[in-house]
Amino acid sequence: MGSLKEACAVSGVGETAYTRGTDKHPTQLQMEASLKAIDDAGLSPKDIDGVIPYLGGSAVAEEFITNFGIEDLRFSAATPMGGASCVAAIQAAALAVAGGVANHVLIPIGRNGFSGPRIGTRVRNFPQFKVVGEFEMPSGAIAPAQLYAPMARKHMELYGTTSRQFAEIAVTMRDHALLNDNATMTKPITIEDHQNSRMISDPLRLFDCSQESDGGAAIVVSSSERARDMRRTPIYVMGVAEGHPDSPSTIAQRPDLTTLGVAKAAPIAFGMAGLGPEDMDVAEIYDCFTYIVLCQLEDLGFCKKGEGGAFVEGGRLSLKGALPTNTHGGLLSQAHLVGMNHVIELVKQLRGDGGKAQVPDAEIGLVTGYGDMGDGSLAIMRR
Amino acid sequence: MIENQEDRLLPEPDQISQPFWDGLHQHRLLLQTCSDCGAVRHYPRPVCDQCYSMDYSWTEASGRGTVHSWTVSHHAFHFSFKKDLPMVLALIDLEEGVRLNCRLTGIEPENLRAGLQVQVKFDDVTDAVTLPIIAPLTK
Ligand SMILES: [Zn+2]
Repeated sequence: MGSLKEACAVSGVGETAYTRGTDKHPTQLQMEASLKAIDDAGLSPKDIDGVIPYLGGSAVAEEFITNFGIEDLRFSAATPMGGASCVAAIQAAALAVAGGVANHVLIPIGRNGFSGPRIGTRVRNFPQFKVVGEFEMPSGAIAPAQLYAPMARKHMELYGTTSRQFAEIAVTMRDHALLNDNATMTKPITIEDHQNSRMISDPLRLFDCSQESDGGAAIVVSSSERARDMRRTPIYVMGVAEGHPDSPSTIAQRPDLTTLGVAKAAPIAFGMAGLGPEDMDVAEIYDCFTYIVLCQLEDLGFCKKGEGGAFVEGGRLSLKGALPTNTHGGLLSQAHLVGMNHVIELVKQLRGDGGKAQVPDAEIGLVTGYGDMGDGSLAIMRR
Repeated sequence: MIENQEDRLLPEPDQISQPFWDGLHQHRLLLQTCSDCGAVRHYPRPVCDQCYSMDYSWTEASGRGTVHSWTVSHHAFHFSFKKDLPMVLALIDLEEGVRLNCRLTGIEPENLRAGLQVQVKFDDVTDAVTLPIIAPLTK
């Protein structure tokens, strides 16, 4: 069995408007984004022969067959890893095209996180939250903010990490969102604004938490061989992996609270790509909470465990910094599209379509996913 | 989902976990213990990950432990907890080597620290359901 290195490329991307308020059903939103991505790739909807629907979403593979008139869908799969799903789906798509099972795999997302049921209600129905649902939620530990906060607290206790360091991340994501016409957050914030924002679940304040959003986002992953002759410059997947943390269904029983699943994915994906963190021109890092960015930077090897707080200081993650991160504003300030907006932003950056947030000469970058109780995924791409 | 304003979130035990909840109802903290290698595991599950045995018994824990980490929650996320805010949710290292994640009461949040000695108490939240709750250890 060979490597998945450069087996596939992202050949098309599509996004709806990201909003806080919609009349549209999540299935409409993901169909709209999917049609845009398929058009961007220069394909007809009928050309899609693989689909990896988001398990927490509203549409299953059958609906794409029906809506797009697909005559012979040859591959469908699910990657039920919450916010790590989108990037993990790229690994599944890479396997499908490398194995010759499919040529063009659609990965769609659509949600009404703002207009539909909110997170505290949604998670109680997720099958992957069953264990937490039985043993932790009855005591009041329900939402991700409450379940993740003890990880952040442990990091602060062990390494002296501070809330002001979390604030650096929040402010940088907001600064980037201000450059993005499709961002839901449009007002600048300062470190002091973060420090004065309402406490949600200590140490996580309101500005440490990502948004609830409505919207759709989709990509098409094609075999590299086909992508070379398609409409857009192919963005090749050089390395991709998923990683599951110890005690994946509950943080409470995890021996080391400060290590996430992406720590296992990182050596595999970097090894496959033949690259290291120092080679990245741009990083799109899943940011459901500020702390989760900080922890992933360590787990990815950008700095040592415990040094994430110092690493993010001084604007290192800003466009002018050494590691421009979440150039679209992230989940914190662009919108919460389960990280598909991160995948799309990386593709745009590597195409040179980054607009006002374009990182000059960006050739290589990475995107991560983080989901549920610490699942991780990582893709390294080049133009 | 239609939720009654008086409802609180209650556990839905299965065949494996029922004895744990039955124990709490009797104000006993029972933990699954492997019959072959003696490893204690939590939360309840069918297989011992140390020796793959599916035979186990339930043994009563001491109820003593220390604070591993915590959060002070100022937002309820479910209406039934609004009256309890702010509330401390703590991960507790039990003497038996597994953890609990539950409410911690009887301490001001500013006095929380890792390693704080605590003990398990029992909170009868309905006639049928008892939840573990944590308090500072009293000698
Ligand atoms: Zn055993």
